[in-house]
Amino acid sequence: MSGYPAEMRESIKNVEATRMRRLDETYPRMSMEERERVLDAFHPDYIDEKMRAIRVGVSEGQRMPLELADVLEGRPHVDADFDLSDPTAETDVLIIGGGGAGASAALLAQENGAEVIVATKLRFGDANTMMAQGGIQAADRPNDSPAIHYLDVIGGGHFTNDPDLVEALVSDAPIVIDWLESLGMMFDKEPDGTMMERHGGGTSRKRMHSARDYSGAEIMRTVRDEVRNREDDIRVIEFSPAVEMVLDDEGRVAGAIVMNLETRSKAYIKAKSVIVATGGGGRLHFQGFPTTNHYGATADGVVMAYRAGAELGYLESMQYHPTGAAFPEQIVGQLVTEKTRGLGAQPVNKHGEQFVFPLEPRDVEAAAFIRECEENGNGVMTPTGQPGVWLDSPMIEIIHGPGTVEKNLPAMVRQFRRFGIDITEEPMLVYPTLHYQNGGVRLNPDGSTKIPGLFIAGEVSGGVHGHNRLMGNSLLEVTVFGRRAGRAAAAYVRSVELSRPNLSHVASWNRELDEAGVDTGVVSPILLPDYTRHV
Amino acid sequence: MDEQQENLIPVYIMGKRYMVPPTLTIMKAMEYAGYTLVRGVGCRGGFCGACATTYRIKGDPKLYFGLACQTVVEPEMYLAQIPFFPAQRAYYDLKDLSPTSATLFSTYPQLLRCLGCGACTKACPQDLDVRAYMAAGMKGDIADMADLSFDCIMCGLCAARCPAEEAQYNIAILARRLYGRYLAPRSDHLQARLEEIEAGAFDDQLEELKELSRDELVERYETRDIEPE
Repeated sequence: MSGYPAEMRESIKNVEATRMRRLDETYPRMSMEERERVLDAFHPDYIDEKMRAIRVGVSEGQRMPLELADVLEGRPHVDADFDLSDPTAETDVLIIGGGGAGASAALLAQENGAEVIVATKLRFGDANTMMAQGGIQAADRPNDSPAIHYLDVIGGGHFTNDPDLVEALVSDAPIVIDWLESLGMMFDKEPDGTMMERHGGGTSRKRMHSARDYSGAEIMRTVRDEVRNREDDIRVIEFSPAVEMVLDDEGRVAGAIVMNLETRSKAYIKAKSVIVATGGGGRLHFQGFPTTNHYGATADGVVMAYRAGAELGYLESMQYHPTGAAFPEQIVGQLVTEKTRGLGAQPVNKHGEQFVFPLEPRDVEAAAFIRECEENGNGVMTPTGQPGVWLDSPMIEIIHGPGTVEKNLPAMVRQFRRFGIDITEEPMLVYPTLHYQNGGVRLNPDGSTKIPGLFIAGEVSGGVHGHNRLMGNSLLEVTVFGRRAGRAAAAYVRSVELSRPNLSHVASWNRELDEAGVDTGVVSPILLPDYTRHV
Repeated sequence: MDEQQENLIPVYIMGKRYMVPPTLTIMKAMEYAGYTLVRGVGCRGGFCGACATTYRIKGDPKLYFGLACQTVVEPEMYLAQIPFFPAQRAYYDLKDLSPTSATLFSTYPQLLRCLGCGACTKACPQDLDVRAYMAAGMKGDIADMADLSFDCIMCGLCAARCPAEEAQYNIAILARRLYGRYLAPRSDHLQARLEEIEAGAFDDQLEELKELSRDELVERYETRDIEPE
């Protein structure tokens, strides 16, 4: 079935030749010093000329990728005199974004007595949550504990994480697993009910819960289905991204301007509280990297919250997932789940030799892949010039028995089979791909921010993962902090009476840009990437 | 550029002819032709079902199905992105249901109208045997229906092709949710941990960790014991 060209098949022979020997070989983990060295020399976050400081706003001076700074310094879609006198809708809680965090927030806000509107850019459920494959972490086995989980999270994040956020993440994790199951999510289990749990990169206990390799899809479709069952209290408006926050005279959140994505008409949705759950910014293609992200991942929430005065953090740090597909060209950059390594597949170079421990934290693993190709010259080159290393998936069948790959990684099998590659028999070629925005809007453990009424949940936030997120902690993040923000927003709105809504922050933003002489030529949020060919 | 163009192939997008590179997916071919996609596009990775589509090839009477983000163009393809296909969806409170065949039949009475023709299976871009999971549903086998439908991305092509006007993917998620909540074996270790958290068993440990200096944390982290594979 080989969909690989002849040159690549030659290298695969090396992988096959070493396979039986490698089954018994464990490549050593790096020391902390070795990790620092490889990150400093090869991780994209450390390339100075690809980063710059933002020149305006409350977090002025913060370093971030050029592409993100350009969008953050953009001009608003609306003027300060936009007519707010006749809102198209009014609600207690407006949730911007219909992914895992937004849907979880909607359920908890509704359960706590709030009326909810969810405004989302594309369809409800079109989000990175839907694409997450590997799993969700929770310390629920007897040899594990939230404290051990805490140490893994904070070590993986290079000890830069916000401790209170990490505490919230790990403490709520088992609660969230139980909540998802009560909603009907199907976890992978042993016949006696024991959760099947595996290691992920940087974990010291096996705590990765999964639903085959559709873990995120299973979460998303389950919480979405539940939101749809509550349509009397939760109204979902699709193809309507928010483009600007609205505040009242006391500086509290008073709703948002949403845009009909097809007609481009804009309208004001008045709300006593707004939960921003818009996800990350992979489709801005930082440093030109391909991405695993959803089409709509254009950092909208960071742009809107920042313009309204919210603080940002950790945006100098992006996550490049070590195993993006590097071949065939049609799927370059798409995710090959870390679970593949969790099941025993080793990364090997063109000679079929290991060069890194398979489950280092993601940033370290990614940097080691780049080093193996760039410095050591041991990468495999595809016909279109894309470098990569092999991920030896057939090992899984030898370790765990025939049929394991098909049973545990059906999405991966399907993905590659469409292009004539049988990953039960042939390895996959992989290379780092832009996967996750570690930083974002600063928040408290209940999702609140410095702006009264503004809550944040999910990838749009910054702090819980520090400078590097571990596998299985983003599905956890969207559910934990979605639920927390929904609950807190519902409590907040009970005592709020808004005064006059206004867009004066838009006027001051434009003024600040003018005074600083900043003009990036961008109107933001950009909403969708432009992939059309310009001739 | 000229050399490249010699390799271009003709496709038809909503009736218009375009020359596109043969390595592109349907989705990228439409963008290459200048279309900015809003409907019929989602995750671009084969997980969300937004870009499920049908196409024909000149001279071939067969109707083909696939995901636009995963299907490579062929010469003389006739393409059109289709918006989401409407299908009936029941409203229910999972807490009030029991995991029985009667629940399936009363929530979705049309389930029993399935003709077993298999048009759904032919249309499924995930290569699921939709007919088989519908048959399991008609037998009231919720566990089987949940298992066989698990990889469903809810794109709706099955419902679009169904002569019996079924809403296969909506019935299937009801089966999966019933299974997950009521039929899957309970996890005793999870329940035990919830009781510990409720009792505050880890509060002191977490409080202590939060107070540690960076150096102390590094020390703890580097010396932590790691569960073997």
